[in-house]
Amino acid sequence: MSDLPPQPDRRTIHTGGPVHAGNAQPPPPAAPGPPPPPTAAVPGGTGDLTDALITSSTWADEQVAAAGIPVIDVPLLSVGGGVGSFVLADFLRVAGLPTSHMHVLGQAQTPWETYQYLTTVSQIPAQERLRSDSGSTPDNIWGFPSYAVREAFSARKITDFIAPLFQVAAEPLLTDYYTPRAGQVFDAMAKEADRIGWWDMVSRGQVRMTRKRVGGGYFTILTPPEGASTTKRIAYRSSYVHAAVGYPGVKFLPDLQAYRQKYDDYSRVVNAYEPHEHVYQELRKRPGTVIVRGSGIVGSRILQRLMDDRELHGAQTTIIHLFRTFVDGPQGDSIFMRRPGADGFAYQGFNFPKAAWGGQLKKRLEKLDPEGRKALIRVMGGTNTPKRKLWQQQIAHAVEQGYYRTFVGTVDDVYPGDDNTIVTRIAAKDGVLELPANFIIDATGLEADIGEHRYLNDLLTHAGAGRNAVGRLDVEPNFEVRGTRNGDGRLYATGSATLGGYYAGVDSFLGLQYAALQIHDDLARQKFVRKLRPLNSTLQWWKWALNRKVKP
Amino acid sequence: MTPTLIGRLQTRVFLIVVIGSIWTAIITPVLPGMGLLGETYAVTFAILGVVGVGGLLWELPYHAIQQFRWEKDWPTALGLLTAINEGLLAWFIVDLGFAPGIEAGGVPLPAFLIHFLTTWIVIFLFANGPLRVPALRHRYRGGRLV
Repeated sequence: MSDLPPQPDRRTIHTGGPVHAGNAQPPPPAAPGPPPPPTAAVPGGTGDLTDALITSSTWADEQVAAAGIPVIDVPLLSVGGGVGSFVLADFLRVAGLPTSHMHVLGQAQTPWETYQYLTTVSQIPAQERLRSDSGSTPDNIWGFPSYAVREAFSARKITDFIAPLFQVAAEPLLTDYYTPRAGQVFDAMAKEADRIGWWDMVSRGQVRMTRKRVGGGYFTILTPPEGASTTKRIAYRSSYVHAAVGYPGVKFLPDLQAYRQKYDDYSRVVNAYEPHEHVYQELRKRPGTVIVRGSGIVGSRILQRLMDDRELHGAQTTIIHLFRTFVDGPQGDSIFMRRPGADGFAYQGFNFPKAAWGGQLKKRLEKLDPEGRKALIRVMGGTNTPKRKLWQQQIAHAVEQGYYRTFVGTVDDVYPGDDNTIVTRIAAKDGVLELPANFIIDATGLEADIGEHRYLNDLLTHAGAGRNAVGRLDVEPNFEVRGTRNGDGRLYATGSATLGGYYAGVDSFLGLQYAALQIHDDLARQKFVRKLRPLNSTLQWWKWALNRKVKP
Repeated sequence: MTPTLIGRLQTRVFLIVVIGSIWTAIITPVLPGMGLLGETYAVTFAILGVVGVGGLLWELPYHAIQQFRWEKDWPTALGLLTAINEGLLAWFIVDLGFAPGIEAGGVPLPAFLIHFLTTWIVIFLFANGPLRVPALRHRYRGGRLV
């Protein structure tokens, strides 16, 4: 058991009885293994949330017991169950944390399920490549071997061996950035999930809320799937909570949302992040016009799909690409801060410049005040897409053939037109234009406000969480959510919900890995887990390389 | 890589001192046209020193060039290509007798090339992967090790 971290001696064995008020640390289970069965519900309670619990921001053990909600103790609870939870679990398990000390709650069957859903509908099926760096490896905390190296060594042909290695070595000067296939990442995560015992650490259900506990730590309420529990709710009592719930939700362009609701037309005006395969199928059957809104990575993907369908399946689609802002050249006043751009698009390899993840731009962001961070994040981010050779060729060909046209303007209105079309009326430079189309695809990739996510909204309302200058969860450099500390308990958040803090690339594999490392370091300072240093990091890497299971 | 200036310098020192030294110790006995082993080691480590000190100075213009890049990165290929300018300078210093303990014309070109290029490749390969194993935080800190 040499890999086990030193355990704080304040831990006590939980016998199922109420915890004494004033015990700053909710007691964890004594021995490794799956979480113990819930403590028995108190007779008389309904096992559901009471009005008193819903309205009170801090809960006493007795209150929860009186409601008849069974309580499970676990030192660290991760809420979400997606890639964010997985990456933190990976770091902590590699650092030696027993499976019994961390539990994960979420609705998905696998940590990549939601991500896979979003990438698939937005036209990145498993065999297509993501927009993610070779060394951003959610299945491997070190980023070595990178996906390019792994792809090379799994090749059956010498050309397939050389190609990824050459690409990653020559990027971005001679080649496009190497990016892994989505399927490669999912397979690798599945293997790592088996290795770290992930499947034993997860319970499924919808997480309703996390509230502060009298005496320290937190209660988190899970609504398990029907029939999975004798009570409607289960409470998890933990010292640490990690909130990694992903996107708060998809947001539509307001004019498109208004059209959909007014005319009850949800099939011809679609969002790229919802299933819309029927659009492509229809366009293959008969010629049509589609308006694409958005010039970011999702827009590029949609354009590729539409053009692939023309080239490979004989579709006769005319594409109208509608820009609100048309980037016609490099952006930025300073030669030291100028982003390439042309043909409407702002170009960069990833959603932020590379150095935002770990170089001088990261360092610069860390030193700024909240407004300065907001401004720099806007300069580095915003709508942008990689300049990939295939896309450049496709668009050039489409322009030449006349089936790709661009318009710039702001949308006044969207309404039904003649011949079963939808008309988009825009105010352009030269006046008002009416653009009829058979379909409209919203590829702007807008995200909903965090307040629209019930769990995050509850954190803002009851747990003391606040918003940063960008309007998302305000976190410390170590990803602890400001204002939520409770006794020895700490609440961390990672992922998209934390954009606007000290780190820009929070919504990326590497960003999740960075955040997990920061949380790991913070937990190590509190002696909750052993710190990964050069020697144990190297030993653990060998275990990874040999695919040796991490001790439960 | 996305180095900061201090990260560049620290990484360079570490790679030359640790990886460069280990490799130099291995490769020196097989270098062609050299004299007694003890003297050869003195020569190859002097060359390593020249490359190391020169490298610290080279990092300054590299960092300046990086400022013109939007991504503020240092593409992997440049880590190989810079062998040309650095190798040429190191060779002139060694061949003209400016390196400590090495007289002018004292090192045959083939021996220099084998030593320099293999060391460069070993360091390049190590820096672009295995270094992350013991130095888990290196890539987030602009290459800073301490």
